[in-house]
Amino acid sequence: MSSRLFLLAALLVAAAVFMIGRWFRIDYVFFAGYKVLLYVVLATAWNMLGGYTGYVNFGTAAFFAMGAYSSVALTKYFAGFALPIPVLMIAGGIVSGIVGLGMGYLTLRLRGVYFSIATLALAVVVQTLVTNWDYVGGSRGAYMVRPAEAPVVGSYMQYLFLIMLALTVAAIATARAIERSKLGYGFASIRDDEAAAEASGVPTLRLKLVATALSGAFMGMAGAPYPYYVTYLDPTSGFSLAFAVNSIAMPLVGGMTNWVGPLIGALFLGSIQEAATVSTILGAHPEVNLLIVGLLLVSFVVAAPNGIVGLLEARLRAWRGP
Amino acid sequence: MSEALLAVNGLGKRFGGFVALDGITLDVIRGERVGLIGPNGSGKSTLVNCLCGTLRNESGTVRFDGRAMDGLPAHQRTRLGMARSFQLPRPFASLSVAENVRIPLIYAVNARPGRRLGEREIDARCDALLGMVGLAPKARQRPRDLSQVEMRKLELARAMAAEPKLLIADEAMAGLSHSEVDDILALLRRLNERGITVILIEHIMRAVMSFSERLVVLVAGRKIADGIPDEVIRNPEVEKAYLGE
Repeated sequence: MSSRLFLLAALLVAAAVFMIGRWFRIDYVFFAGYKVLLYVVLATAWNMLGGYTGYVNFGTAAFFAMGAYSSVALTKYFAGFALPIPVLMIAGGIVSGIVGLGMGYLTLRLRGVYFSIATLALAVVVQTLVTNWDYVGGSRGAYMVRPAEAPVVGSYMQYLFLIMLALTVAAIATARAIERSKLGYGFASIRDDEAAAEASGVPTLRLKLVATALSGAFMGMAGAPYPYYVTYLDPTSGFSLAFAVNSIAMPLVGGMTNWVGPLIGALFLGSIQEAATVSTILGAHPEVNLLIVGLLLVSFVVAAPNGIVGLLEARLRAWRGP
Repeated sequence: MSEALLAVNGLGKRFGGFVALDGITLDVIRGERVGLIGPNGSGKSTLVNCLCGTLRNESGTVRFDGRAMDGLPAHQRTRLGMARSFQLPRPFASLSVAENVRIPLIYAVNARPGRRLGEREIDARCDALLGMVGLAPKARQRPRDLSQVEMRKLELARAMAAEPKLLIADEAMAGLSHSEVDDILALLRRLNERGITVILIEHIMRAVMSFSERLVVLVAGRKIADGIPDEVIRNPEVEKAYLGE
């Protein structure tokens, strides 16, 4: 399927999802759905670096929060203007993309686990900076006032959902386009063997920088509308461990080799967590979410290291015969 | 005589206090077949890594095809026409055999000024390269399905895909059977006949002696002999290095 056709199909699916949501006639569907879509974007973005080039990023929360805090800062700076969310998303994407590029430049000479530790350190540093930055509320946090009316759809929650839906389509279409391009082959060669990739003419450092910038930019874009989603943003929720853990767990559970994996993983884990959050059986403890993710992550790493997509592919091969 | 294709001058490399290479000077002329031998740990692979840009040499210079290579990263040296195969095959495990050969075509050949292979040309090239090494029937398989000798052939095909002027084959035959060694040797000879300069690093003396026009011997990071193979192996210093006193 060509990229244009795929994009069209993805937009149709997205439109159908939105229409089904409208049919429920309650905003909660959009509230829960937003979180799931947010995770689809984060997982897909994480996979652009972690899955395609094999560099595990523990700092998703930092990139996400930088997007969110860019919105807070810009909204405060242009207090009279009411900047539209798409503009804030572009700004958040640029900020996180640039930080991704900078982080990549400083850390990509480190291989394997050392790179991962550096990303973790970045998250801690950025969180400390934001916590001590009074302009965006510091440790007290910042309140965001949602406009009463949203453009086009009326309900502001539906508007936020629609924006996240569009970003999801963009992230997935980008991930899929990368896989089929020269860039995708370059990424795969880096993941498999960096020295051999260099010897084959692949500019590994440059491609890794492209991957960190792209991955960071999508995370930042996903973070930009977040202050409006929660209406109160503080460093603890913006830099929540849940973002870092989920963005790794979802591609791992779904499968890391192509764009389908993070999508399936995020839909699966994201829905379970949303269900657990409101379930009375589990007592609606948010901590239960991470427990579920942890247990699933361990079982998949042990039983299905190639994720759900890997399991399905194995089934398909067995069914087709040798 | 025109300038040598590869001119190494006073190349030195140390790892901490250990001197891995000590003032290596070496010229390789266009079209030549040079054998490089030396006991284990004598610095052969370090030399290859310094030539190809995988490691940085602390002293000395490398000139290739009339250009100074110093400080250039490995991928640019590959693009300029220097290709290598690895001592232990390092295929791209998640890609098919054909895709392994495709990487240098899109990243090395297509990166040269004025070159732009189309999709169809790339496919044809992959087929031709795999045909040359006899891997065409396995084009769609993964490297893990290949035998040891096939893996070595893939390694060479991938190096050749970059259209090199100089091919550095780092122990392309280690662990292969007698007839498999002959297979690889015939392949390297065919490449040389097409005008590709070959540096062969090898432990199997039969292979080196039959292939090389010139033999270079490294011992403990220093070049101790350089000349016609039959004379070099009778050199008392070389005998001493290999057999002891």
